[in-house]
Amino acid sequence: MNNFKISVKDLDLFYGDFQALKGINLDIEERKITALIGPSGCGKSTFLKTLNRMNDLIEGVKINGNVKLDGLDIYKNIDVIKLRKRVGMVFQKPNPFPMSIYDNVAYGPRAHGVKQKSVLDEIVEKSLRSAAIWDEVKDRLKKNALGLSGGQQQRLCIARALAVEPEVLLMDEPTSALDPIATGKIEELTEELKRDYTIVIVTHSMQQAGRISDNTAFFLLGEMIEFGETKTIFSTPEDKRTEDYITGRFG
Amino acid sequence: MEATELNNEYESRPNMSKSKWTEIWEKIVEIIFFLSACMAIVSIAIITFFIFIKGVPAIAEIGLFDFIFKTDWYPEAEILGIGAMIVASIYATLGSIIIGVPIGLLTAVFIAELAPDWMIKIIKPAVELLAGIPSVVYGFFGLVIIVPIIDRTFGGGGNGLLAAIIILSFMILPTIINISVTALKAVPREYKEGSLAMGASHIQTIFKVMIPAAKSGIFAAIILGIGRAIGETMAVILVAGNSIQIPFSILDRVRPMTAHIALEMSYAAPGLHENSLFATGVILFIFIMILNIVLNFITSKVGE
Repeated sequence: MNNFKISVKDLDLFYGDFQALKGINLDIEERKITALIGPSGCGKSTFLKTLNRMNDLIEGVKINGNVKLDGLDIYKNIDVIKLRKRVGMVFQKPNPFPMSIYDNVAYGPRAHGVKQKSVLDEIVEKSLRSAAIWDEVKDRLKKNALGLSGGQQQRLCIARALAVEPEVLLMDEPTSALDPIATGKIEELTEELKRDYTIVIVTHSMQQAGRISDNTAFFLLGEMIEFGETKTIFSTPEDKRTEDYITGRFG
Repeated sequence: MEATELNNEYESRPNMSKSKWTEIWEKIVEIIFFLSACMAIVSIAIITFFIFIKGVPAIAEIGLFDFIFKTDWYPEAEILGIGAMIVASIYATLGSIIIGVPIGLLTAVFIAELAPDWMIKIIKPAVELLAGIPSVVYGFFGLVIIVPIIDRTFGGGGNGLLAAIIILSFMILPTIINISVTALKAVPREYKEGSLAMGASHIQTIFKVMIPAAKSGIFAAIILGIGRAIGETMAVILVAGNSIQIPFSILDRVRPMTAHIALEMSYAAPGLHENSLFATGVILFIFIMILNIVLNFITSKVGE
């Protein structure tokens, strides 16, 4: 039929009385990178969090409309734990747990019931390799993860998310706390990862969206203004507001 | 107005003396603060000094080994060994920790993570009230409720080690709960989010990420709980039975060090008997010091 991994239809989200998302319609293509851009407070991070129901943690959130993952409504037909196993997330600030590098990566598989040491070893190595950090940490897997640099911590968090073998990876401004070199490494990594995963990335940097994404959605004040191929959005946007934002007239 | 006055300070002489007075007044207030702060240090210094000056010669006379390890206590014959009391203190404290820590920690998790708001509004004041109840009331409660229940269930009178453990378990709950709640609430939100985002359940997140991340604070809570239990006197006197013996069963009557000092001080003859009670205080003091050192060690590691 189509190769849409996630389909969002008429999605509204309220924090109490405040409407943070207004009638969002968006289809996310499988094994592509979809970037969400827009000024601060436009709802792009909020939208990202609806895709694996991290908004459930906030009190007073109400959601209308539906989000479908492979055709199943994630708010009705999928258990939230299974959903989050399939839709992993990397946060803005690297947040490794205060435990060893190994235990960080093994955390997810263990939580989902993997106990056998040899299996865990294999998952840890594979995940760290996929996140392009294996060579840097293979000799100190038992060391505390908090001793790594910010960029390494973020790649560890990506490895940790990959360890539960998700299908979709949500990234919430994953490089905003990192220096340019670490940022470059993460961007390179996303290119690699999209061969196996569907990636949705929120970014503050339009250059980043332009560099790495296949599709781009522009958000403004809780609405999705425009969505399309990144090339098109950046060269010939249809909406005046998108053009203004991209050419740096506001934001 | 004030601004112009301030500006004038530099220009006109009459205001100079005014600012001088302000300066002196500031100094005086500072000194008052300093003296208040000294009170705590002076108190602890004086207390320590007196306990040691009275207790240490007694220990020297009896012999440290005999005093700590002998279990015979015949003050008339000047046979003074507090081995039984030390063992009683350790057992009672250990027992209360075994019961109190799991209950306290689970309560703390419930308050910090699971309970709905309306329930927290009931539990938190209840815990604070528990902390405010005078220890003699705990003892009285133990005497009229716990002791008879133990007597009916196991026989043997009811007052003894088990009753002391149960009462102490209640008494250390507020300490353990409050400090653990603070420690759990201080765990960065990012840890919790990171765990949940991988599909770990809330309970898995609590036990695998949050409690380990809060472990220094929880250890501190346990240490302070131990301090409270080992130092408790009044409640213990009322329920422990107070016999001088090494307990071989959890129902045996025991006399922890604190109870021992309080019970004998009123009638102890001046001289070695009285001084040996101070010496018991020295031993108790050393226990507390060790706990404090451990606590300092733990809290200083938190900063790392």
